[in-house]
Amino acid sequence: MNVLSANMHSKTTSLRLLITGRSIGFGLLLLVLLFALGEPLVTGASPTAQSLMHALQPPSFDAFLGYDHLGRSMSARLSAALRLSLGIATATLITTAFIGVVLGALASWRGGWVDSVLVLIADSVVALPALLIVLIAGLILPTQPIAFWAGLSLTLWIEIFRLTRTTIRAQLAAPAVEASRMLGFGPLYLFRTHLWPELAPILGATFALTFAAVVMGIAALGFVSVGVRAPTPELGLMMVELLPYWREAPWALLQPVIATLTTLLALTLLAGRGKA
Amino acid sequence: MQLIFKALLWRLAQAGVVAILVGVLSFSMMIALPGDMIYRIAGARFGYDNINSQNIELVRNQLGDPAGISAFVNWMGGLLEGNFGNSLVTGEPVLSEITHQLGATAELAGIAILLSLLIGPPLGVWAGLRPDSWIDRCTLLMAAVFKATPQFLLGLLLIVIVSIGLGLLPAAGYGEAKFFILPGLTLAIGLAANTTRITREAVVKARAANWWQFARWKGLSERQVFWRHGLRHVSVPVVTLIAAQFVALMEGVVVVETIFGWPGIGHALVHAVFHRDVPMVQGTALIMGLAFVLVNAAADVIARLLDPRAPNP
Repeated sequence: MNVLSANMHSKTTSLRLLITGRSIGFGLLLLVLLFALGEPLVTGASPTAQSLMHALQPPSFDAFLGYDHLGRSMSARLSAALRLSLGIATATLITTAFIGVVLGALASWRGGWVDSVLVLIADSVVALPALLIVLIAGLILPTQPIAFWAGLSLTLWIEIFRLTRTTIRAQLAAPAVEASRMLGFGPLYLFRTHLWPELAPILGATFALTFAAVVMGIAALGFVSVGVRAPTPELGLMMVELLPYWREAPWALLQPVIATLTTLLALTLLAGRGKA
Repeated sequence: MQLIFKALLWRLAQAGVVAILVGVLSFSMMIALPGDMIYRIAGARFGYDNINSQNIELVRNQLGDPAGISAFVNWMGGLLEGNFGNSLVTGEPVLSEITHQLGATAELAGIAILLSLLIGPPLGVWAGLRPDSWIDRCTLLMAAVFKATPQFLLGLLLIVIVSIGLGLLPAAGYGEAKFFILPGLTLAIGLAANTTRITREAVVKARAANWWQFARWKGLSERQVFWRHGLRHVSVPVVTLIAAQFVALMEGVVVVETIFGWPGIGHALVHAVFHRDVPMVQGTALIMGLAFVLVNAAADVIARLLDPRAPNP
């Protein structure tokens, strides 16, 4: 609900900025971030502290998003859940981007059997569902957030690897790169000046979609109760917890749903595929 | 013909690497589980009532360190021979458990693909034949929205609206036709969002091609060109996409089967993870991975038959 009202506010102040889909996506993401990081500074409520006196109390001046079925502050839980999802997604994105770009550059640079082996590995990892790898990682690794990071990093680098490989391969054949090479510049210089500027805009959309895939995966596994454990606040888990109370407190169930959809929509718009 | 052969050889190598990956992951799972693995192996060999220190020592002397290289080689060897072991929960052989559940999942996946084919490509063709019309913009917007909607939310929405709100269809169950519609539709809408876009792009590209212009020249109507020439062209990327989406379908199956209480492989996987049943997790992972390779190998062949000119990837 605060997302909506804040959205209205920004619409009146900076209408011109919000013309294209991409800037709408950027704005929505900024709002989500602002809520996730700013909420603890404003209310200071604990996401796990219960007080059954407040159970399912609707939004009021004291708690602007109300309380859940155990009397925990919804605003504190929602922002903590968003911080968890966005934090894991950021860590995963950094890891996958690093693996994908390095291996992609290596494959296109060296060619030959190095290329074939890396492509074969990528083609094989793609065959395994990412959520399955996360479930397996959950049994191997000590905590769920680390399992999400490891499992998703292990599977989501493929798209970045493939894009990097094809882009760099095309670039290496370009006259500018050839000239630079013949002048004796090293691979690092070539990557910085010739390859990365070509690569970055192409990878941007994939980065946004990778980020969205992480957020979606965490919520999906939380929803089927094999993700993050209660009482840790997590978007999918909150939906399952609040589902039995959908008649008494539909506003409570809607909050994690709206938060998830807003985040995913923002990222999809940022990726620029749904251009208006 | 040689190209098909080469493509299938690549798929075979892919299947091998998938098996190795699953083996490595499952072996790490086995080591990470609490408790001494030797006790479990001794239990499997002598029966759980006959685990005593003598038998334990015997097994330990034979096998050595259960986390060592040789143990891993044994593990992989068993896997390659098709020996998946027994479920730690039910005691039944993993293979028979999985083939039992695979049937239910195959039904669901088949219905989902069928429904997505009824929704996606027709909408894509409709939009592609009228680029920049309101129907084109509408399908584009819908596809973007449904792509951003997680499957579990879509399933939840369908249950709340159709089952609880309207009372038309049951929310969970298995066996009759009415139970298929909601889980099938949940999976199909996500798939159709992608096929609509790809079909639309393919149709727009086909209409700009020389052969389409030529067919129009020689007097065929737009409709005749589409049915006689266009359909075949457009179906190649759609077939490839459906095969590539198979992994997303399997991922969706894990979630959707749990929500709708469908007795399939995804449901079994979630339970196996819950009960730390490593042989079951390994078997399910392997079947899902190999099924993906098989479906894509079939798609390679079909795409080649549809368009004999195309070089294989």
